[in-house]
Amino acid sequence: MDLSGLQINFRIIMPEIILAAFGMLVLLVSVFSSSREEGKDHLGYISLFGVILALGFSLPLFGKAQSGFNGMITADSFAAFFKLVFGLICLLTILISVGYTKQEDIPMGEYYALVLFSTTGMMLMAAGTNLLTIFLGLETMSISIYVLAGILRRDPRSVESAMKYFILGAFATGFFLYGAALLYGSTGSFGLKEIASYLSTRGTEARSPMLIIGIALLTIGFGFKIATVPFHMWTPDVYEGAPTSITAFMATGVKAAAFAGLIRVFFSALGPFQPDWTAIMWLLSVATMTLGNIVAVSQSNIKRMLAYSSIAHAGYILVAFTAGNALGTSSILFYLLAYAFMNIGAFTVVILLGKKGEENTLIADYAGIGFKYPLLAAAMTIFMLSMAGIPPLAGFMGKFYIFSAAVKAKFYWLAVIGVLNSALSVYYYLRVTVLMYFRESEREITGLTFSPAAVVGVTIAVAGVIYLGIFPSAVLALARASIGALM
Amino acid sequence: MEGFPILTVVTFFPIVGAVILLFIDKENHPALRTVALMFSLGEFILSLPLFFLFENSTHQMQFQEVLPWIESYGITYHLGIDGISLLLVLLTTFLTVLCVLSAFSAIQTRVKEFMISFLFLETGMVGALVALDLVLFYIFWEVMLIPMYLLIGVWGDPRRRIYAAVKFFLYTMAGSVLMMVAILALYFIHGKATGNYTFDLLELYKFGVPLGAQYWLFGAFALAFAIKVPMFPFHTWLPDAHTEAPTAGSVILAGVLLKMGTYGFIRFAIPLFPSAAMRFLPLVCALALVGIIYGALVSMMQDDLKRLVAFSSVSHLGYVMLGMFALNMQGVQGSVYQMLNHGISTGSLFLIVGIIYERRHTRMIADFGGLSKVMPVYAAIFMIVTLSSIGLPGTNGFVGEFLILLGAFKAKTIYGVLGATGVVLGAAYMLWMFQRVMFGQIRNPENLKLKDLNPREIAYMVPMVIMIFLMGIYPRLFFQKMDATVDHFIKDVKSRYEATVDQAPSKALLAGEMKR
Repeated sequence: MDLSGLQINFRIIMPEIILAAFGMLVLLVSVFSSSREEGKDHLGYISLFGVILALGFSLPLFGKAQSGFNGMITADSFAAFFKLVFGLICLLTILISVGYTKQEDIPMGEYYALVLFSTTGMMLMAAGTNLLTIFLGLETMSISIYVLAGILRRDPRSVESAMKYFILGAFATGFFLYGAALLYGSTGSFGLKEIASYLSTRGTEARSPMLIIGIALLTIGFGFKIATVPFHMWTPDVYEGAPTSITAFMATGVKAAAFAGLIRVFFSALGPFQPDWTAIMWLLSVATMTLGNIVAVSQSNIKRMLAYSSIAHAGYILVAFTAGNALGTSSILFYLLAYAFMNIGAFTVVILLGKKGEENTLIADYAGIGFKYPLLAAAMTIFMLSMAGIPPLAGFMGKFYIFSAAVKAKFYWLAVIGVLNSALSVYYYLRVTVLMYFRESEREITGLTFSPAAVVGVTIAVAGVIYLGIFPSAVLALARASIGALM
Repeated sequence: MEGFPILTVVTFFPIVGAVILLFIDKENHPALRTVALMFSLGEFILSLPLFFLFENSTHQMQFQEVLPWIESYGITYHLGIDGISLLLVLLTTFLTVLCVLSAFSAIQTRVKEFMISFLFLETGMVGALVALDLVLFYIFWEVMLIPMYLLIGVWGDPRRRIYAAVKFFLYTMAGSVLMMVAILALYFIHGKATGNYTFDLLELYKFGVPLGAQYWLFGAFALAFAIKVPMFPFHTWLPDAHTEAPTAGSVILAGVLLKMGTYGFIRFAIPLFPSAAMRFLPLVCALALVGIIYGALVSMMQDDLKRLVAFSSVSHLGYVMLGMFALNMQGVQGSVYQMLNHGISTGSLFLIVGIIYERRHTRMIADFGGLSKVMPVYAAIFMIVTLSSIGLPGTNGFVGEFLILLGAFKAKTIYGVLGATGVVLGAAYMLWMFQRVMFGQIRNPENLKLKDLNPREIAYMVPMVIMIFLMGIYPRLFFQKMDATVDHFIKDVKSRYEATVDQAPSKALLAGEMKR
């Protein structure tokens, strides 16, 4: 059988292969491990090793522009950047899961395997250059996450969360597929490159209603995963109900993957339509950040608060997307990385302060932490301030780049609305620090045990937030080089 | 000193102290206090060479340090000082020492965290004053917020500290985020016109921003600074923050943080957008005058000492703004001098109030009366400070107020006339307050047992008194440092304003201006 026409090129999907292989390895090892969940820490460390290996194999992909599998998958710097981001998110998620899975009696074999599988899907989304591979990635990621969200089977909130996510996610999948089909119908291809060349050769003639509807449906499909308003309804419930480590994973990984796909599809295939989608994205971003921030103010549960704040952050990222220039796109990459550090960091603190059965997830429970667990509180403060965009932390630099992209593209009002939103967000982020430092606790949080892996996770997150805040140059240059492959 | 990064050292030295404090046992209060004092004192001593090595004859930035930082964006690590920032840096390092000393007894809980916050704050303040890159400045500007927020929120008055802290933070933040957009817009406008994308202030100074953009950009900058100053009607956060903050916090808030607003005007808003500044001049002057009179009237009504001093700040800062926008030599000089004066006089007043608050745990004027009998040393110092705040000749306040009024008269008679009424009102509320607290019979028996100042309190009040007289009697020492800078500032603003005005009728010329 001659397969040379398929241009099989395993090297470019090595990271995905490694992750998938380690996922299966974890499942296998878990079968032969002791039946008690406490004894299964090694599963976490095996997964960790797999992720690090995958990260190692992602690095050489920088600066390359290889494509394989008949142009279905590419290995360019853009994909490589996202692979690094996903690898990092996965690494941090595993680190914070080691103690957490034990505490919550989560079946570890399945848990780590699914985390690895869904990371594989994320990577595939960033690397896919065909609507079908992007869809494959999307589904690989999503299905794993549906299960992970419901993995706390005894907790009705977790089960509800999984159901809700699954059912709404299935709708989004439908939208995405239908959109892809319409795009195929009007351009004759699923390949992003082919779509682009079709559109640019036909010019305005290509502007059929079918195509427009197709684009709109794709936007909805992505919008659901990103949690933009008005497709955000599921977010707070799902984020609250899912295990905290998975919430962190979703808020950063799923979001980043969806943005990777969105950028890839919109900029490399639908570039000629940019003037059309700009107005819609403008509205989406304003609605998303404003609603996210306003509702976050009134939340009393920290997971819900972070859920709404993550909606708001998606709105900020859409500001850069709206700007549509190279600066904007590279700032999205930077922001997603910064957001990964600060958001996973914040959720790790939530995990560390929580006890079995998700205790202490009310913001009010944070009262007095500041002087009882000073280092933990300091870390939380850094994450909160970073998300609020206070310099010199990663979140500030991220917002700085995003808003500068908007200003550069002359979207002054968008930038102003954005910064006012970020001033509003300061209020609820500060509230956490207010409680931690300014109030005495009414009921003592005692007997916390900090798993060493999670401590390492928090440390990495803090270091990342500070590093990206003070020395953003290198990563920014990397982000710029990465979108060079695209624009 | 050539090549020695003295400004970097002065900026980050307090952080070294903060890091060392981290390793000291939190129960060991004496050690914590001593180390914090040593570092703030060391910082002051480190900043002194700046004063003596400063070249008086030039308006150029001195002790400059330029290092690339975020190169792809044209963000540099650029530090430097001129006559104005020099004096404010010294004011900062001077006041910080006294604040730390005053906090020895006032702060009994979480001493470690307090001292760390304070040293961090010092780095933020000095950094904002020496930064010559807009992004760098913005970063220091925001960094100042966090420790101040903690100071108010953790060590403030238990009743309303959280409200005050959050209000302070949100107000300032709301103003400064708009400034960020303006900074970015300026960056792109300048970059597009000249091809040089940079946040370097000295480069941006050379650029004539198109008139239409100037209004918006000036508006955004001015709003951020006006909130910080605070100018009427953006002042409502100030009485709360001042009243709830611990003594040292109030001192540094009044002494330095408010100056960041006025400094912002003189360093950024006016010279970057001279034409817009000139156009907005009547509005700013009007608001300044309203602030002067309103602040004085409200002060008169206060029955809480700290609130009285806080509202008097609104009035005093009105003078600073009035003098600055008079845009003549006397006005601007007086304005800069008044920034220092206010730091000294109002800082001292807060210390004075702090001293009796520590003894009596009340700040209500009605609870006192006749204190001069039991606390003679205190009474003497209080008197001097009061007179300095009123602006009695021979004290620092006189020099500043006199020059500002002179400048205001020169700019427009009505500004001078209205400004002068504020002086009268100021004398009224201060003297009336002094009389009610210090003179008369001791009605409240608790006041009979009050102790006079202890050596430590004298140690931090005496430098203030010395400064009051030094600045009042020998102002030349300070004026010679800023003469060249102020002179250049006025000439530069005026000439660039005229340049744009001449060209304003002709759009073609304006376009030419943009290309230049």
